[in-house]
Amino acid sequence: MKTEFRVYTGIGIFILVMLLVYFFWSGDGGNSILLFATVGLGLLPGAYLGWWSRRMEPRPEDREVVEPGGVADQLGAFPTHSIWPFVLGVGVFLTALAFVFGIWTAVVGLSFCFSAALWGTLSSRRGGLI
Amino acid sequence: MAVIDDTVTEHVVPHHAEEPSGFYRWLTSTDHKVIGKNYLYTSLAFFFIAGLMAVLIRTQLFSPNNHFVSPQTYNELFTIHGSMMLYLFAGPFAFGGVANYIIPLQIGAPDMAFPRLNSLSYWLFLTGGITMLLGFLTASGAAAFGWVAYAPLSEATNSPGAGPDLWIVSVALVGFSGIFTAVNLVTTIMYLRAPGLTMFRMPIFTWNMLVTGILILISFPVLTAALILLYADRHFGTHIFTVAGGGVPVLWQNLFWFFGHPEVYILALPYFGMVTEVIPVFSRKPVFGYKGLVFATLAIAGLSTGVWAHHMFTTGTVLLPFFSALSLLIAVPTGIKIYTWVATMWKGSLDFKTPLTFSIGFIVAFTMGGITGVMLAAPPIDFYTHDTYFVVAHFHQVLFGSAVLAGFAGLYYWYPKLTGRMYREGLGKLHFWLIFIGFNVTFLPQYVVGLRGMPRRIAEYAASDGFTFLNRVSTVGAYITAIGFLVFIWNMWISWRRPIPAGDNPWDGHTLEWGTSSPPPSHNFHSLPPIRSQRPVWDANHPEHADYLRPPEPSRFSSRRDEAVVDR
Amino acid sequence: MRTIDVASRSFSVVRVVRVVRVGSALVLGGLVLGACNLPGFGADRGATTQGHSTFHLFQFFAILSIPVLLSVFVPLVYAILRFKRRGDEIPKQTHSHIPIEIVYTVVPIIIIVVLFVFTVRVENKVTAVSAHPNLRVDVTAYQWGWKFYYPSLGITEYTEGNHYPDLVLPENETTTVRLVSSDVVHGFYIPAFDFSRYALPGVTNYFDFTPNQVGSFIGRCSQLCGLYHSEMLFHVSVDTPAGFNAWASSHSSNSKGA
Repeated sequence: MKTEFRVYTGIGIFILVMLLVYFFWSGDGGNSILLFATVGLGLLPGAYLGWWSRRMEPRPEDREVVEPGGVADQLGAFPTHSIWPFVLGVGVFLTALAFVFGIWTAVVGLSFCFSAALWGTLSSRRGGLI
Repeated sequence: MAVIDDTVTEHVVPHHAEEPSGFYRWLTSTDHKVIGKNYLYTSLAFFFIAGLMAVLIRTQLFSPNNHFVSPQTYNELFTIHGSMMLYLFAGPFAFGGVANYIIPLQIGAPDMAFPRLNSLSYWLFLTGGITMLLGFLTASGAAAFGWVAYAPLSEATNSPGAGPDLWIVSVALVGFSGIFTAVNLVTTIMYLRAPGLTMFRMPIFTWNMLVTGILILISFPVLTAALILLYADRHFGTHIFTVAGGGVPVLWQNLFWFFGHPEVYILALPYFGMVTEVIPVFSRKPVFGYKGLVFATLAIAGLSTGVWAHHMFTTGTVLLPFFSALSLLIAVPTGIKIYTWVATMWKGSLDFKTPLTFSIGFIVAFTMGGITGVMLAAPPIDFYTHDTYFVVAHFHQVLFGSAVLAGFAGLYYWYPKLTGRMYREGLGKLHFWLIFIGFNVTFLPQYVVGLRGMPRRIAEYAASDGFTFLNRVSTVGAYITAIGFLVFIWNMWISWRRPIPAGDNPWDGHTLEWGTSSPPPSHNFHSLPPIRSQRPVWDANHPEHADYLRPPEPSRFSSRRDEAVVDR
Repeated sequence: MRTIDVASRSFSVVRVVRVVRVGSALVLGGLVLGACNLPGFGADRGATTQGHSTFHLFQFFAILSIPVLLSVFVPLVYAILRFKRRGDEIPKQTHSHIPIEIVYTVVPIIIIVVLFVFTVRVENKVTAVSAHPNLRVDVTAYQWGWKFYYPSLGITEYTEGNHYPDLVLPENETTTVRLVSSDVVHGFYIPAFDFSRYALPGVTNYFDFTPNQVGSFIGRCSQLCGLYHSEMLFHVSVDTPAGFNAWASSHSSNSKGA
């Protein structure tokens, strides 16, 4: 977790320095806001990772030496197949096409989206795979 | 490959009784390997379509005042050529295709962190790509404002019709698909690594994909936001990018390039990673200067966020020295990478199989493209060459060098892993030489024709301009390149129809993906080799040369506290 | 003469050709160097003082890039030739070599710093706008043509069908161009001056030209601006101050559109 924390925080701090130099040199507010938001994208996840890394034992993948047989698998379960991403994808596609061809495609598309959201959620709650 | 019995962990794979087959499997699978392959095939299909457009473009430019296609068609062709190559091929091929397939294998994970999200990404990518091509079927034709869509040319008054709207929707869909894939990649790399696989033991390809993912998360949302603003301008009567209502046209360029320049590195870093996997394996050496490479990648990530306005030097609205300095600086980490590749080959045992040949071709092309990139980072030289064929030659050397030469190095390298079969070596070499020669014949003359003042994106030029000969050479080069890809398709066809089994680890690979069967089973690993260094499979196969035998170097980045816990 | 003597003794036609070729190349190279005339690498030499500085900067970058290219290609070619796999032995597993890594990090940084210093100098020269120019031209770009207006002379030139307008400039005098666009983004590009600048709607750009040679050049639109982007041409004529004055007086009376 510590390296992940350093990666994010490092990028955030680097862009923060860049932002300060840029803002005081150019006085350009608009682009500085973009850079400011980017600093947030670095520091917020960085802070989260740093906060946790100080409060938890190093995970197995953070340890240089792992004792044979000493690691229990905690990765969880993974689904093998599901039709709902496809339905959702088609729904989003049809909904997006409404921006070009008019609202009628969105009627069909949104119904796909809602059914995919509903059935997709239910199928995972039914203890299918996750 | 020797059987690895020195097992540390066993993944408890969930029981999955019935897995669908055939078409329904293709439609519903959430297996990263199936999705990754879908991405590869789809992005290659888009690549061939966009390549065909390039051939049409070059045919138009073969003669002065040519009327092979109309100016409107020409503008549509290069717009969709650029958009498809960048949004639908170079990016998705790398992070949707190769990374999707390889990353979980390289880090010893059973799948991506969010398999269903992964599947949704693919469907958004596919439908987004179809949306872009739909533009050609509309009455007004496809978008014709270049892949950068500079406002106000992309506004409703200058580009009316459904084609530009389809382009906007398409790029937004593909953008969302990219964001989802990036979330997936970053989460997978951070949370699903095998025990013992610390960050500084990850293969360079994995590192580069992590950084690529972060860059996607930084830049793609800006593009999506800009597209929504553009759509609002076109249809909801806002005036964000038009002077008439008090808007600022140059804002589009700022937003676009705030996405666009990290995007350039999003398209380059994965390919750097592929080359960094190929060269050590075919040199039988570890990668040289691993940590330097990691820091170079991180430096590129940081710097690439602060160089967007070097695309806007000639607007007269940007702070020239700031962007010039950062753009020049980014050459340093890039140079480190190039020297690292050469140093990895140094005193190695080089086996010139197709992947290594492609990688060397990439180094040559990318070095030349990089040097002209440094030239373009100087504002005065950019004033001279901006929007000329000099720039076209520069970014094709960089992008064709990365996405095609390095991309196909990766594809040939992992082809046995993907299929369990071997491609035809001779045809692979022939493919390389045809496209390498064709590519240089196409783009080297464009540097000269650009310095002589040929602007990019012109549909016609006059005989008196003196551009004719060099353009002819360039067109011939494009045809040679096209023939090279026919060889590739033939290679894939013959290798599919008359398979040659490749075995699990034909290259004596170093990293974890070679520690499982080819193609890997569902959920990837039955058992993992012990991970004590950056090259677990090498360690297992060459215990006398294993990396963990060498004296540990003092490291600032392996936390002392972590080790203490293990010792207790 | 000596080269031919040596070659004839060896009785090899190939060798004669090679030696003559190398010899003549050396002589030619010497002549070029003697004239203090470094190669231009295909670039235009720039017909303005500003453009000429840009050309020199380009030349500097190009010359410096040769050793950089060689520093990659020579070891690469050597490695390709020398380290081909011969047996099944495993080469020494070198993971890193800190001094070499420092060299290939620090040397590029030094090169970059040098390049940056020269870049900033030339950039300041090229972008400088004179407070008291000899002449001012207002350039307006539109789909798909140009309008050149000389406020002090009352002359207007603009695109009319196939007639490309003429931007007439006096030699060795500084002209300030005021550049605007009335619709989309265009690029005001004069290849022979080694210069281009966007004509941006909503932004007014100023820049100077000090032409240092008489001649006729072509101007183009460099930024994609729609259907007839490739047709957006104009002529640039640099004349002596006397010639320029003659042109001005003959045109101010019957100027088009003024």
